[in-house]
Amino acid sequence: MDMIPILATLVSMVIFLSVLELIRRNRLKEKYSLLWLFSSLVLLWFSVSRKSLHLVAGYIGIQYPPSVIFLLGFLFLIVINIHFSTVISRLSDRNKTLAQEMALLKEMLERKKRAEE
Amino acid sequence: MKTLFIIPAFNEELNIRGVIEDIRGHVQGADILVINDGSADATGNIAKNLGVTVITLPYNLGIGAAMQTGYHYAHMQGYDIAVQFDGDGQHRADQLDQLLDPLERGEADIVIGSRFLTKGMYKAGVARLIAIRMLSRIISSLIGQKITDPTSGLRAVNRKSMLLFCRCYPDDYPEPESLVLLHKAGFRIAESPVLMERRLLGNSSITLFRGVYYMVKVVLAVLVDMIKEVPRR
Ligand SMILES: Nc1nc2c(ncn2[C@@H]2O[C@H](COP(=O)(O)OP(=O)(O)O)[C@@H](O)[C@H]2O)c(=O)[nH]1
Ligand SMILES: [Mg+2]
Repeated sequence: MDMIPILATLVSMVIFLSVLELIRRNRLKEKYSLLWLFSSLVLLWFSVSRKSLHLVAGYIGIQYPPSVIFLLGFLFLIVINIHFSTVISRLSDRNKTLAQEMALLKEMLERKKRAEE
Repeated sequence: MKTLFIIPAFNEELNIRGVIEDIRGHVQGADILVINDGSADATGNIAKNLGVTVITLPYNLGIGAAMQTGYHYAHMQGYDIAVQFDGDGQHRADQLDQLLDPLERGEADIVIGSRFLTKGMYKAGVARLIAIRMLSRIISSLIGQKITDPTSGLRAVNRKSMLLFCRCYPDDYPEPESLVLLHKAGFRIAESPVLMERRLLGNSSITLFRGVYYMVKVVLAVLVDMIKEVPRR
């Protein structure tokens, strides 16, 4: 009896439920969790359904079907990481703009104060 | 024309006074803006006591974002020309006429002060010279125009370039990268011969040791800039 599908089922269920719980507690925004939810559901599907696992493995020529789960997990991680890199880039851009505008406003305020004195 | 001198300064308490006095000595009643970029030393206070405008950034944003802040200010306050003048004492105010001439005649959108167009040999470490020479070759061929001193921080822009820089200005290596940006936007770039000093006090942010690493990163950044879109807004 192969342990891997059982393990994979457990792990993807834990990921799915943890992400749901994080959303419920407002610790994670939905828009950053969709990729996680989607990935864990797909992994869950292939962990549970032997048939689709073997089908996909046969289709792309993978000898050892559970590798499909690893392959998918790996691909999802890459996609999620690229997505987060774009999120970080956007955040740091906005952060820069905020810092600049704040500094410009502060200078204006100081100048006004000095003029009033 | 209404001209603003923008001095980017990061921990320049040893040099900032001399730089401000140098500009004032050559330009009567010059408008000077110091961008104090999260300095941990007395840079900001010294500049304030000398009566120049000081914008203090809440943390170190880096030279690119600091200069962009200055361009925003210049644009908001209606300046016709903004000059970048480094706070480390390398730039000389007696060279400003050459720099500003092409802008005042309306012949360029940006003028770079070049150390390498002058006879009075600029002295620098060999490694630095080689690096600058290589970068000069690469940038010149990318933008199809000879640029002898792409890392020079002494530069002056008109309102048109100011506006472009407000919209987007490179963060990492703004001096060489902005040339690519300007070229892609179809702006006119000119170089004027200037004399510069070697840095007297404090340390350059680029050490010889990191020179090669710097080169690789700048070249990569510039190549990426070549394929980047210029944001419309
Ligand atoms: N705003 C800002 N200015 C900086 C930073 N690092 C260096 N500078 C300034 O940029 C100018 C040139 O810096 P320097 O280290 O001499 O670079 P180099 O001339 O290329 O060797 C000086 O006025 C510095 O104070 C930074 O992180 N932020
Ligand atoms: Mg310098």
